[in-house]
Amino acid sequence: MKRIEAIALAAEAAQAQSALLISNIGYPSRELFSVRDRPENFYMLGSMGLASSIGLGLALARPERKVMVLDGDGSVLMNLGTLASIANYAPENFKLVILDNCCYGSTGSQPTCTSLGTDLYALARAAGIEKVVQVDRAEELAMALTEECTVIAAKVEEGNAAVPIISLSPEEILERFKRCAQPAHLSGKSRL
Amino acid sequence: MIVCTMNPSLAVYQGMKRAGIDFVASVPCVNLQELLILIGSDPEIIHLPVTREEEGVGICAGAWMGGRRAALLMQNSGLGNCINALASLDMLYGIPLLMIISHRGGVGEPIVAQVPMGRLTVPLLDAISILHLEPQPAKAEETVCEAWSSAAADGRPVAVLLDLQFWRGK
Repeated sequence: MKRIEAIALAAEAAQAQSALLISNIGYPSRELFSVRDRPENFYMLGSMGLASSIGLGLALARPERKVMVLDGDGSVLMNLGTLASIANYAPENFKLVILDNCCYGSTGSQPTCTSLGTDLYALARAAGIEKVVQVDRAEELAMALTEECTVIAAKVEEGNAAVPIISLSPEEILERFKRCAQPAHLSGKSRL
Repeated sequence: MIVCTMNPSLAVYQGMKRAGIDFVASVPCVNLQELLILIGSDPEIIHLPVTREEEGVGICAGAWMGGRRAALLMQNSGLGNCINALASLDMLYGIPLLMIISHRGGVGEPIVAQVPMGRLTVPLLDAISILHLEPQPAKAEETVCEAWSSAAADGRPVAVLLDLQFWRGK
């Protein structure tokens, strides 16, 4: 499956579940923006490695809202401690979808260690996460997105879709996302 | 036993409470242990011990987006681990963060490895334009509260640096 197909499935599931969706740096955010832009999408433009951490903090802050994170193999490898934190602290409203294309897709497809055998499914399990699902095909991913699981490790093809850069400023991304993510009693107040 | 008029850990905790901090991520320092116990036993505060300071920056950013007032507790050695996240997440989007930092490596430091980052902490914060405040224990409650107000008003991280003298109650 192509990554943009996986992203489209995740975005569709997020919309169906009214989930807040945190998206990883680089092409994944651009692909999400092009297939299904919503105010409930947070496009992470910098801070490589931290998409799952942002999602974890958000899921703990809003236990009544579903929070989904789109991450990549290179980014998870950069912040492997996140798997231990997720194992011990992630609430049930949190779901991490790792799109593993075995390379740093936004910088020229240099291979990551998952291309040499490092197994993110096994790492997530070994970190102590109980509900981990591994998928290869689109139908399996669509099914897993509706199931109660904490981590989905999805193999996707190398390569980026020809999509434009995100036409929103960081402030615009945050402002509209925050209106969706904050509890109603806070949404009228700016930054407090 | 010397009894201080103002317990430094309690003063910081009271400042956090006054500021309405209700979410904390932490990487420990020996000087933060009393404060971490106070925070850990407070049912109004969600506390996550994290694996690395940079991870804590991400978690706090997410918690703030969800309506929480978030603080990161750490040693200054961890500042170098989170510079990119402070700049390309918090400062890029305008996300506030209260950083409570045990500032090791100064006068009286027994561990030589703490000295380099001890010297570099203030220059690093200055280089990335993060406001830093260095209260004495008697002023800590007020300073911590003001630090959050400033972070929230400006949409950026603010650091409270607490050195070895501070933890000795001076």
